[in-house]
Amino acid sequence: MKPLLLSGLEPLVVDARLNFVNIGERCNVTGSRAFLRLIQQDRYEEAVAIAREQVETGAQILDINMDEALIDGVKAMTVFLNRLAAEPDIARIPFMIDSSRWEIVEAGLKCLQGKGIVNSISLKEGEKTLLYQAERLLNFGAAAVVMAFDERGQADTLDRRIEICARAYRLLTEKAGFAPEDLIFDPNIFPVGTGMEEHRRNAIDFFESTAWIKAHLPHARVSGGVSNVSFSFRGNQKVREAMHSAFLYHAIRHGLDMGIVNPALLEVYEEIEPELLELVEDVLLDRNPESTERLLDYSARHADQGGRPEKAEEAWRQWPVRERLTHALVKGIDAFVEVDTEEARQGFARPLELIEGPLMDGMGVVGDLFGSGKMFLPQVVKSARVMKKAVAYLQPFLEADKSTESQAKGKVLMATVKGDVHDIGKNIVGVVLACNNYDVVDLGVMVPLERILDTALAEKADVIGLSGLITPSLDEMVLVAEEMQRRQLQVPLLIGGATTSKMHTALKIEPKYPHAVYVNDASRAVTVVQGLLGQDRPRLDAERIEEYERLRQGYWRKQSGERSLDLMEARARRFSWEAETAGLVVPRVTGTHAVEGVDVATLRPYIDWTPFFQAWELHGLFPKILDDAVVGEEARKLYADAMAMLDRWERDTVLEPRGVFGLYPARSTEQDAIEVLNAQGAVDAVLIGLRQQKEADVCLCLSDFVAPASAEIQDYIGAFAVNAGTGLETEVARFEEQHDDYNALLAKALADRLAEAFAEYLHWKVRTDFWGYASGESFSNEELIKERYRGIRPAPGYPACPDHLEKDTLFRLLDAPRNAGLHLTESRAMVPTAAVCGYYFAHPEARYFALGKIGADQLEHYAALRGLSADEARKWLGSAVF
Amino acid sequence: MNLTEFAQGRILLLDGAMGTMIQRHALTEADYRGDRFADWPSPLKGNNDLLSLTQPEIIVQIHLEYLRAGADLLETNTFNSNAISMADYGMEALVEELNQAAIACAQEAIRRYRSESPRPVFIVGSIGPTNRTASLSPDVENPGYRAVDFDGLEAIYSEQAKALVLAGADALMVETVFDTLNAKAALSGIRKVFDALGWSLPIMVSGTITDASGRTLSGQTPEAFLISLQNHPLFSIGFNCALGADQLLPHVRSLRRQSPFKVSAHPNAGLPNALGGYDQGPEEMADLLEPYLEQNLVDILGGCCGTGPEHIRALRALLDRVDYPGQPVQAPAP
Repeated sequence: MKPLLLSGLEPLVVDARLNFVNIGERCNVTGSRAFLRLIQQDRYEEAVAIAREQVETGAQILDINMDEALIDGVKAMTVFLNRLAAEPDIARIPFMIDSSRWEIVEAGLKCLQGKGIVNSISLKEGEKTLLYQAERLLNFGAAAVVMAFDERGQADTLDRRIEICARAYRLLTEKAGFAPEDLIFDPNIFPVGTGMEEHRRNAIDFFESTAWIKAHLPHARVSGGVSNVSFSFRGNQKVREAMHSAFLYHAIRHGLDMGIVNPALLEVYEEIEPELLELVEDVLLDRNPESTERLLDYSARHADQGGRPEKAEEAWRQWPVRERLTHALVKGIDAFVEVDTEEARQGFARPLELIEGPLMDGMGVVGDLFGSGKMFLPQVVKSARVMKKAVAYLQPFLEADKSTESQAKGKVLMATVKGDVHDIGKNIVGVVLACNNYDVVDLGVMVPLERILDTALAEKADVIGLSGLITPSLDEMVLVAEEMQRRQLQVPLLIGGATTSKMHTALKIEPKYPHAVYVNDASRAVTVVQGLLGQDRPRLDAERIEEYERLRQGYWRKQSGERSLDLMEARARRFSWEAETAGLVVPRVTGTHAVEGVDVATLRPYIDWTPFFQAWELHGLFPKILDDAVVGEEARKLYADAMAMLDRWERDTVLEPRGVFGLYPARSTEQDAIEVLNAQGAVDAVLIGLRQQKEADVCLCLSDFVAPASAEIQDYIGAFAVNAGTGLETEVARFEEQHDDYNALLAKALADRLAEAFAEYLHWKVRTDFWGYASGESFSNEELIKERYRGIRPAPGYPACPDHLEKDTLFRLLDAPRNAGLHLTESRAMVPTAAVCGYYFAHPEARYFALGKIGADQLEHYAALRGLSADEARKWLGSAVF
Repeated sequence: MNLTEFAQGRILLLDGAMGTMIQRHALTEADYRGDRFADWPSPLKGNNDLLSLTQPEIIVQIHLEYLRAGADLLETNTFNSNAISMADYGMEALVEELNQAAIACAQEAIRRYRSESPRPVFIVGSIGPTNRTASLSPDVENPGYRAVDFDGLEAIYSEQAKALVLAGADALMVETVFDTLNAKAALSGIRKVFDALGWSLPIMVSGTITDASGRTLSGQTPEAFLISLQNHPLFSIGFNCALGADQLLPHVRSLRRQSPFKVSAHPNAGLPNALGGYDQGPEEMADLLEPYLEQNLVDILGGCCGTGPEHIRALRALLDRVDYPGQPVQAPAP
């Protein structure tokens, strides 16, 4: 067998003398949260120390992985490798560039003076891609890990492993001219001891495929990510270490040449205590049908945080039935489940209540334990099995109970997205959901988004669950979300899998599709699905949307502190207006129009209540706040009073809301202004835009959402001003006269809400009727509040356009004093105060944004346009100026 | 006859230094400028590659002297004819022209030599390392910083290689490699040129062992250096510069043990003296290189800094005198 030649600053000749090569696994952002944190926080010094420690403890090659959606992998790989290059005691050994994204692979190779290894290439995207990648590796000088993976997916049987490895070997050596000794096959190490029947032979299949490769593919080597094998025992380091060394011991005897391991944490095979070794080898070698049970049992007895010997095993049989059920679920004991279920059933009027009560509660406990790492996957599967037995026992009673829908609780469609094949987590979720009486349609792995959505529609799925483990799957999930939005679906989209995160879902997926829900583990899925299919969905949706928004805000806050661009550069990064995507619609009516016939009754359904409570310093999302443990009671009283006042306003016509809108031809200029044209095509008004100057790919200005003059296409802009009602002052004055501050405040706060509701209502009218670009839309008020519709209505003085002087222009265009009874103070506050004015942008991609800080150059430009001194200009722009 | 055919069963003799030969002419700033660059804004003295344009006769004469001394391979006067090095003089735009002119000088020397001898001789396009390194930070405070990256190097090497190849080089030599990552970028750039043309030339690579550490400036041992570049189908790999023939020998021996390619050595005329000059005479150098032949360490010999036509003449005599064991070395087919 020819030696595999690698190099850092020094050569590494992999030949028979080396026996086994340790590849250090810890510089991996997907495998080590500690390492990820260091990279995210730019703490490269400490990240380098992790590399050094591995070299010192015996790593002969360093694996480096920067595949994490929330970091810039190309940059992180480049910076880290450059830092390592400056450390001769580390850089002396070869590096393994570990990425599923080709641009990160190339970025890494461009930093290596030595001959490293790329982990990995494969037939996943077909022969052409494989040959291209091989050619690039030859160009840079690198060996390759070849995954047992092809167009159909990841090999999980011996035959598939052989078939794929042989085919890749032939292509790479014969067509790409790759030296066979530069090929390292990774025939996929999968977990054992998961409790799933199909995983029992995972280790044996790996051993056998290793032996086959070594015997049939001359000069090629075999490697693998060893820690995968013990995935189900995560949390119990002792068992994992023993499992790793036993696995290596057998794998090396079958011909394994190298493996990605933590060299500092490898138990010596001979030193594994005999009892554990036997249990571990029983599992690895599938020597005993009880092996997984027994190893789990051992694992529980030797948990990391002290053992808890189980005595008085039967004692729990004396507990109340509810607790017995919980215990059985948590422990996965199915021996007594029917007896206990029957006993419990007699205490409930309807069998469904038993399922939704004690049984689901028990599963909730399981979920919590699993979520906190105190239970292992197979235990969860066993718990689910107990659940299934209980449900099966109740089935006849469910059917007999006519008032119960004995059908499945809902249909869940599951798929691992295109390009990914990891399905352990998804299968577990499937089992758990099925055990909980959900109808699960599992489309398997590598499922293209069209198939996911077409099937979901055909099957009338109530929930779609996407899974993925590798980083590119995240992008694919975003595509699915976009397509779901495009098809105007409403079904919840569950996002799960190891690389997914709540932050990613909040940042990248939920903005594309508002019904995306991150589910962090399998046993939680039941609770989540149950919630989403129940009556509570609106509340859960609202809570989630609020939570994700908070996450985003937090993330963006952290991201601030970036340098600002100069104005020319920022303009060059404008959102580019394209006729094809602008969805131009000529308004049904143009010009300025007063709004007739709107009263309190019209507006009530459009009220967003959350800010109303905020105004009273009661914080929380409506309607959740009404049940809040702390402020709920106060909130309920206030709400009742508000409803009563609205009733009276409506009945006695206390308030007469007035509003005006205008729709005008318009075009944007190179200087970020919007020219509003009159019917003759002459410029009637100029709206001055302010552009973001933060360091970002796109620097927005509202003018970006209007066709530029250069496009020579007739676009439009809208304007509006609404006033909750001229009767308000009288009403407030009346309460104040009676020293009734409570009702005075209530009236003001309610009027503010009515003004906002008017704006929301009028926007809807404009979208669906007057402008008419969204004539088919249909949203609930909740969705309106969350601005799910097309187009925006930004208001001067708010983050997208902090310049209050724009109100002058708006008021003139709209003749707001005459049409809406509104006036501006010298500071441009609107009188009466319960009023809103703003613009309408119809562009499908128009969105709200925060201007942020602008630079001195833009301030100067702005001041010149307004004919103001720099100091005066500062006054109008406030926080937007440095 | 092409270079690969010519190299069968014989040791090739490279020429000697260009820089130290130019120094003998004691050229002034005005000589460097010539008429064309009389008004160039920056000082040009020391821009030896520019002489291919402003003093081509001097370059042609140096080549001619090496041919007459018995060199098989002429290295073009293009060590710094790349956009990074030429930026020091504001002459990035002249890269193509400089390389063309240097090839033309070598071709003119060969044309004149033809009337003296029908012996086959070849032009090797010299590609120097540039003055930046992709593996090291120039800023001690910031070890992750790089003054140049792979893509930047690949682009400028590509530009130079294309000019050399199209002007008529018989081979290319990526030489005086102090950072293997620079060399990788050069090879990648050259490969791009060949891919675009649809044909290729032999590629020679010659690294530099900086000092007694026995490593390149970027820290690699000779074996690691070889392994890093071995994926490319090279014509030869070797070492030049920095060391004299005696200090260089163990490193060349390391290469020879592992290399599937021909091995080259063109050492300096000893180590520099206190004044930076080289004192090793032609006979002394030839004596020191004799063990290379006896031990069958090299397929290509030549001289670097401090060597002149007289050294090459002594090496020619050595090659004629010593019976070369002739180990056929098969390079992988390009």
